[in-house]
Amino acid sequence: MSHDVSHEHEAHAHEPVGYGSYILTWLALLVLTAMTVTAAGMHFGSLSVLVALAIAMVKASIVLFLFMHLKYEDRIFHRLLMIVIAAMVIFIGLTFTDTLFR
Amino acid sequence: MSSQSHSIALPNHKDYQGSKFAIWLFLITEVILFGGMFVLYSVYRSEYATDFHHAAEELNTLLGTINTLILLTSSLTMALAIAATHHGNRKLSLTMLAVTVLCGVAFLVIKYFEWGAKIHHGIYPGSEFLLAHPKGEILFFGLYFTMAGVHGIHVLVGVVLLTVMFLRVANQPNGKVSFVAGHGLGQAEGGRIAIVDKDGKTLWTGEEIDTSIQRIDISTRYWPVKERFRVIDFNLLENSGLYWHIVDIVWIFLFPLFYLIT
Repeated sequence: MSHDVSHEHEAHAHEPVGYGSYILTWLALLVLTAMTVTAAGMHFGSLSVLVALAIAMVKASIVLFLFMHLKYEDRIFHRLLMIVIAAMVIFIGLTFTDTLFR
Repeated sequence: MSSQSHSIALPNHKDYQGSKFAIWLFLITEVILFGGMFVLYSVYRSEYATDFHHAAEELNTLLGTINTLILLTSSLTMALAIAATHHGNRKLSLTMLAVTVLCGVAFLVIKYFEWGAKIHHGIYPGSEFLLAHPKGEILFFGLYFTMAGVHGIHVLVGVVLLTVMFLRVANQPNGKVSFVAGHGLGQAEGGRIAIVDKDGKTLWTGEEIDTSIQRIDISTRYWPVKERFRVIDFNLLENSGLYWHIVDIVWIFLFPLFYLIT
């Protein structure tokens, strides 16, 4: 019977997400797209890259956590994501320590 | 009886968590693939900032924005297609999958016209027109064609994958519950299967279940309803969805870095 319970648990790892919350997620992504297009036209100078990247990261997080259900996943999936982000930061950071001081 | 219906290990046992973990590992290799190109982009952009800004003016911001909206919408319909399976709604799931595939095709068609116009103007890797421009602009277009091209191939793969998923969902067999020898069938040994109505009247009795019986199947008539939904039956659809979302995420970064730096 214990087997039974675990299987039931697997059948519904989390409560199904309603259609409405996905539509809200989509609307948030559209607003952020409008923001990034508007911000690009406002000439923030060297800050504009940072603004664009910040908005892109917020959008990516929304897709990851809500559309891709990372919010409901085990901690191991969150750690995996942290490792990837750390790896990318190290890649880019180390590359610039080379190219900037040549 | 009904409480045991899910406790029977099916012959074609699948590991839901394992398959999800595997697809996430694959998605990470995708991030690293594009990540390498983003490293190249950031180094050259910091070195040739003005050239990048001039070159980016050549790109059609309107088409880029439209493609962004198309991909975001396709991500929504993808998520809805999976949510529809949770609610046991096959028709909605198929409709949403079809919209997702159409969005992917629309994205590629727009890319085709966009690139067609560029090539018509003589802008393509190694073209004489482009080689007459400053070094940074050549690099910008080299990166643009490579990164948007690799991304486009991913969209194409996604379109094919989701078409296959559409056919799978359309042909998803009706539900089946199996009692297999060695996994709970022993409890039924020596007995018979009976169908009993609400008044306790036996409508039908089957053969005696002896040791020669290896499996008892109960076929259900409908596609999984909400109560009988099992994620494992749709794990390929879900994994395809995760792939589609990561393709969207790559574009979320490509769009501002190439189209919006004027």
